Amino acid sequence: MNSDVLKLVALGLLVLFAAIAADWARDVAYMVHAIMIMLIAAGLFVWTLRTMPAMGAPIEARPAPTGYMDGPVRAGVIATAFWGIAGFLVGTFIAFQLAFPGLNFDWGQPFTNFGRLRPLHTSAVIFAFGGNALIASSLYIVQRTSGARLWGGNLAWFVFWGYNLFIVLAATGYLLGATQSKEYAEPEWYIDLWLTIVWVVYLAVFLGTVLKRREKHIYVANWFLLSFIVTVAMLHIVNNLAIPVSLFGSKSVQVFAGVQDAMVQWWYGHNAVGFFLTAGFLGMMYYFVPKQAERPVYSYKLSIIHFWALIFLYIWAGPHHLHYTALPDWASTLGMVFSVILWMPSWGGMINGLMTLQGAWDKIRTDPIIRMFVASLAFYGMSTFEGPMMSIRAVNSLSHYTDWTIGHVHSGALGWNGLITFGALYFLTPRLWGRKQMHSLAAINLHFWLATVGIVLYAASMWVTGIMEGLMWREVDANGFLVNSFADTVDAKFIMYIVRALGGVLYLAGAGVMVWNMWMTIRAPRAASAVATPAE
Amino acid sequence: METYSFLRELADSWVLLALTVFFLGVWVWAFRPGSRALHDDAAHVPFRHDTPSDEEDAP
Repeated sequence: MNSDVLKLVALGLLVLFAAIAADWARDVAYMVHAIMIMLIAAGLFVWTLRTMPAMGAPIEARPAPTGYMDGPVRAGVIATAFWGIAGFLVGTFIAFQLAFPGLNFDWGQPFTNFGRLRPLHTSAVIFAFGGNALIASSLYIVQRTSGARLWGGNLAWFVFWGYNLFIVLAATGYLLGATQSKEYAEPEWYIDLWLTIVWVVYLAVFLGTVLKRREKHIYVANWFLLSFIVTVAMLHIVNNLAIPVSLFGSKSVQVFAGVQDAMVQWWYGHNAVGFFLTAGFLGMMYYFVPKQAERPVYSYKLSIIHFWALIFLYIWAGPHHLHYTALPDWASTLGMVFSVILWMPSWGGMINGLMTLQGAWDKIRTDPIIRMFVASLAFYGMSTFEGPMMSIRAVNSLSHYTDWTIGHVHSGALGWNGLITFGALYFLTPRLWGRKQMHSLAAINLHFWLATVGIVLYAASMWVTGIMEGLMWREVDANGFLVNSFADTVDAKFIMYIVRALGGVLYLAGAGVMVWNMWMTIRAPRAASAVATPAE
Repeated sequence: METYSFLRELADSWVLLALTVFFLGVWVWAFRPGSRALHDDAAHVPFRHDTPSDEEDAP
């Protein structure tokens, strides 16, 4: 009763402050966000008012919920599919924008030009698609490997809605021009503060569940997931140290400057790859691959070594983004050396995942979900070989600023992160909605081939155009003059840009097939046999 | 000594040594005698709690 009244007071004050902020806003993005916050707070106010017990009415004690808490996981699975489609769609569109600049429509300026849509694409696929997949599957995994219900009750729902509000604020901010221009860390100060709150609650929910586990041992997937949560919190806070120009505007000024700022940014940027897109997804791998193969991981000892080697090495690799800059040579050499050593634990992990199938290799032929996991691990192995190679200074002098980098990122993101997420969605959907299996196995197979051919077209075209433009940029004639102008490389890349965009179309089409399959599975009438055992 | 030089020297001497010893210790600990049974047991954790058991809400 009292807590409901307090909630109403807090929400009322929030509506008032948001209304004042909208009125005093110094820029459009801030005003739109203040109005959004105002409407959400007002909606929550009405909802709280309508659901709280009447004055003087006896308070009914509700029975404590038991079993696993899968509501936020279900919501996360749907959000993952939704943001996946959104992110792939924007990515495919901006790929066509690069091939056909006319697609930067005059009527859409400045909101739909490449410069504003590109961060929307990267954030949508990494943080919205990947982040929702990580949060949903981590909440699923931590319950099943701890034998305990999520800690904190409705806090898990706060994490889901709070994280997705962060994504909406970030995405609308980019379109309206609010950005601090740091790659993968574009959101402005108040969005960063909100994410910090959500992330700390996420850590509390995850850690609270681990602490009340009924297993003596913390399963290795949880080690990876915990390192992902803790490290992302650290990276996010340090890289976003900024002072807002005004409390009523979105603009902020970085605390670091010059080469220090660049080093902090790429310490953040590479560890976003290392701990968000690698450690977190390895946590998924160490649960879903053994479960789908129905056999324990190949070597538990190797998984322990994999974990410690990965986190000890990854954190130092960032400086390889800053070869031939104002960064001291010793620092970029350090980053390069650690990047090359990192190859070993990465392949150790890949081998551990693949060899889990030992004695069950036929499943690659019969089970399209296993095939997705295996292809995902293969792409993980390929991009963790390519990455160390590109971090070597001499190779980097050819590859840096070219499309080779884009190709490398996408073979990792589409191949490793994308395919393992699709596999996880196919694993989770029937179990979360009490179905025997996905609606159509043939559609999973189709999705696998659409996605794989899409990635191959994407990566191959970017290798060709990347190395070509790198060679064209450095080509000099007998007198030492540069042979090619920048526009010459743009002209030469045109065909490859079309091939890349077609690869994106295939990948997007595969995701569309998946959404249809998930829809049919969730909407299917409940089979009688599946009711008896919720969640498998 | 200025802060930068102090931290720089600390990082590439004692801290480097401590981190290396810790890392090597992880290897030794993982391969310690008698760990096989524990690890085999741990590897089977994902297959044990597909449905929540009734003796819930214990610690």
